[in-house]
Amino acid sequence: MKPFAYERARDVDHALSLAAANPGARFLAGGTNLLDLMKLEIEQPSQVIDVGRLPLAEISETPSGGLRIGALATNTAVASDPRVRSRYPILARAILAGGSVQLRNKASVGGNLMQRTRCPYFMDSAKPCNKRLPGSGCSAMEGLAMTFALFGASEMCVAVSPSDMSVALAALDGLAETVRADGSVSRRPVETLHRLPGEAPQVDTDLAPDELILAVELPPPPEGGQAWRKVRARASYTGAIASVAVAGGQVALGAVAARPWRARAAEEALASGASPFEAAASELAHAAGEEGRKALVRRLAADVIREAREGMGS
Amino acid sequence: MSTVRDWAEPNPVTENRTGLIGKPVDRYEGRLKVTGTAPYAYEVETPSAPLYGHIVSSTIARGRITAIDTKAAESAPGVVLAWSHLNVPEQAARGARINPRSQRGANPALASDRVEHYGQSVAFILADTPENARAAGSLVRVAYAEEPADLDFLASLAKAGPAPGEEDARVGDFEAGYSASEVTVDGTWFSPLQNHAQMEPCATTAWWEGDKVVVHTSIQMVKGGQHALAETLGLPSDRVRLFTRYIGGGFGGKGQSYDDLTLAALASRASGRPVRVAYTRQQMFQATIHRPAVQMRVRLGADRTGRLNAMAIEAVTHCARNAPFVEHAANFARNLYAAPHRLTGHRLVRLDIPHAGAMRAPGEAPGMLSLECAMDELAETLGLDPIELRIRNEPEVDPDNGKPFSVRQLVRCMREGAQQFGWDRRNPVPGAVRDGRWYVGMGMATAIRGNFLLPAKAGLRVTGDGLATLTQGMTDIGTGTYTILAQITGETLGLTLDKVRVELGDSDMPPAPGSGGQFGAATAGSAAFETGMVMRRRLAELAAGDPASPLYGEDPTLMDFANGNIVLGNRSASLAALAGRAGPEGVYVEGSISPAADARDWSQHTYGAHFAEVGVDSVTGEVRLRRMFGVFAAGRILNAKLAKSQITGGMIWGVGAALTEANPVDPRFGSFLHQDLGGYLAPVHADIVNLDAVLLDEADDKANPMGIKGVGELGICGAGAAIANAVYNACGVRLRDYPLTPDKVLAALEAKGL
Repeated sequence: MKPFAYERARDVDHALSLAAANPGARFLAGGTNLLDLMKLEIEQPSQVIDVGRLPLAEISETPSGGLRIGALATNTAVASDPRVRSRYPILARAILAGGSVQLRNKASVGGNLMQRTRCPYFMDSAKPCNKRLPGSGCSAMEGLAMTFALFGASEMCVAVSPSDMSVALAALDGLAETVRADGSVSRRPVETLHRLPGEAPQVDTDLAPDELILAVELPPPPEGGQAWRKVRARASYTGAIASVAVAGGQVALGAVAARPWRARAAEEALASGASPFEAAASELAHAAGEEGRKALVRRLAADVIREAREGMGS
Repeated sequence: MSTVRDWAEPNPVTENRTGLIGKPVDRYEGRLKVTGTAPYAYEVETPSAPLYGHIVSSTIARGRITAIDTKAAESAPGVVLAWSHLNVPEQAARGARINPRSQRGANPALASDRVEHYGQSVAFILADTPENARAAGSLVRVAYAEEPADLDFLASLAKAGPAPGEEDARVGDFEAGYSASEVTVDGTWFSPLQNHAQMEPCATTAWWEGDKVVVHTSIQMVKGGQHALAETLGLPSDRVRLFTRYIGGGFGGKGQSYDDLTLAALASRASGRPVRVAYTRQQMFQATIHRPAVQMRVRLGADRTGRLNAMAIEAVTHCARNAPFVEHAANFARNLYAAPHRLTGHRLVRLDIPHAGAMRAPGEAPGMLSLECAMDELAETLGLDPIELRIRNEPEVDPDNGKPFSVRQLVRCMREGAQQFGWDRRNPVPGAVRDGRWYVGMGMATAIRGNFLLPAKAGLRVTGDGLATLTQGMTDIGTGTYTILAQITGETLGLTLDKVRVELGDSDMPPAPGSGGQFGAATAGSAAFETGMVMRRRLAELAAGDPASPLYGEDPTLMDFANGNIVLGNRSASLAALAGRAGPEGVYVEGSISPAADARDWSQHTYGAHFAEVGVDSVTGEVRLRRMFGVFAAGRILNAKLAKSQITGGMIWGVGAALTEANPVDPRFGSFLHQDLGGYLAPVHADIVNLDAVLLDEADDKANPMGIKGVGELGICGAGAAIANAVYNACGVRLRDYPLTPDKVLAALEAKGL
């Protein structure tokens, strides 16, 4: 681990001013991802700004009938919130599919959104990786790992987002509310919070260095049933090979892109009367990559869409 | 020299009057471990404040270090020294021996500019904190001249040669017998490279006391570690004192020492301070041994009744170019099934990757994943139940050598297992049972693993406070050795467990071979038993010869031991009083065990049968274990709880082998794809929802005086095959390429149009 300065933020303004003064700083919340990466020297912040004790953990109703989830609400708190469980069941299920109890007790909503890819070549500082060391090359492209992007990859990077939670948030049209040091507040769809790799895979999100996630806001749940499923090699405590979240006519795919992937082609097909399988196939028609993985996502998406329809309101 | 006839006489353990033998008592050291107070090697108290070492690993597979720059590391905060091959202190050449009885040769670290595998140590940093050492390590700059390397096992099969010093085992004429068989199976199975993934990494704390080095390290073999370090440092073995008291998992991977031991000792000598060195999690994967991949072609020929006529397993495996090792994946078959025409043998590919080595049940673990599935295929072809097929091939004597079995309850394991598992509810038609979107199926397989007894010694002291303390240069790698030795000693001397102490893991203690090959309990335990018997005779003689004793003048051979006393009729003498009068140190004896002169006249194995029920997700190809049950026969059981833990732990390893565990070599780098426990997937609790085992009543009076056998490796043998057979029964997909991950299962389902 590289030596670093540690500062506990007194309030949001203090956190933002520290971040504005030091572009090499990182916000620390639960620490379940950042600290691991620092030990491996994949993240080497010169300063860690601890925002973990800021009063941003509240989950509250919004005037429009949605829910506002504070960025520091723990994953466990969100997944066990009765309002989340009754109105946004796929969010609770997606969160519970991630990590372990101990990790979810520490991990925050904001941190979950900001976690970095688990691509084994990104996690190994001895290997070329454009996301970790720009210009060094992509080891994954010709590599052995299984979980590569089917959508939105570039010649520079094929890594996928590891977040299960964000897949459900994307299907639910969640918005990330952020604030910068100059006081400006932004609200971005979770769906597009993360950048596609393009020419700069080292930049995960559009957030500025002095920009802090305050909350995630959910609109009222869409009409129709919800369903979630995650495919993985063992029953718990491992990343998705693929996941699917469906809320009414809204479909998001996980572990297939650098961001939670809203399956717009599938949604349009469904809206015009296509079957779940036809809808899934229309989405996968735009995918790049290995046929077996495409087949998995196609079958999974079709089945989860079907389940959401049959189990209305589940 | 003893014969097995001597062992058949009744003795305190086989009579088990106080019932300590077999009792499911808690672990002797359990409280220390669950409260985090058992000092593991990296945590032992040091005589003064320690320094911390960090090893820098190579990032190429094969070649030469052309330049190495440690200057930046040397001037980094807290750094005391930085070593490479250019300035590491002198060590003996690899494999050198100066001590005539050394079990291991020298194993020098940073010895040359040669790199022989990815992850090899190339530099070492000593600093005031582990963080500073590791941070400085990343400042070391190494330039390499890379050389062509053989890294891809399956691409190198053409280079396979005979295993050194071995010939194929041929009985009859396999080719003729096979081609004349009415029914045949011919398949090729692949078991991938696997890692031990111990919780505790390799670690050492070292300091010097004058010209003698004291090391606490995590190793399965006390003497092996002591000798390896002595030879490396060029010292007589008695100038190395090695402790290994608590070990967080070994599984074969700590059967040898690594550079943490050598470099901690060298750095402590150089700095004059105690030194701690631990491997990182990544180094545990990249720089210790692994179970090599094995490709196995299995051919079975049988008549229409299912009697095997021909059987062949031809295994190809790999090892490091300069470190011979053979994963004997075919050998178990020689003792399991009879066929007039047989062929078993191994071929070896030399690769430029880290050393292949022993991992829990070497040979059987990958080997049974092939033959036990081939038997399932044969049963299906014949329309026979898989258990019935095996019963029809149950041999009268060991097929390999014609020797009688000491005891073989394989058929009973299968029958009792079938009954308790509900095997009669299995639908033999694949794909016939559904539960929602899940295909559901059942499979079974047998288990066999050898039983061994090696020479061992122990010491035992009884003191005036009435305590008996057993001392042995033995290890407890998490299996329960402390506990069973306490039970044996207590039962032998008629003491309750609160009067028994066990001290292990010290090279100054009477030696035992350590933990490995499921020989530990039988070997160390038999030595403890024999030592207890020596103590009984000594104390009885003391009681008879001591005028102050109530038993003065009586015949010591008639005396019994119970409740802390020596008893004869209605008179008794307490052990405490006898030992107290014998002197301030009490009474100390040593004893030993050796294999019986005629032990090899019998075929000795442990046996079992696995039953598994799996679900296969018809949409995604995910396989989930629904329940698993096994019945095993492994001699007398010393501790029902610990033995079951060993057996079920082995079965869970089988679940991992069948479904998740594999570490491919990236042929561009020579490194393993996975180097942490988030990537290398061993089963977690959610994978093991319903798994149980029972051990049959058994005593093997040919094995050792207590009639016990090993349980540490039996559980993994065949376990994964039962799961693969269940996957076939569930969905009709025969996969011979382990592990059965969702991508492979789904591709096979798609190929069937499912």
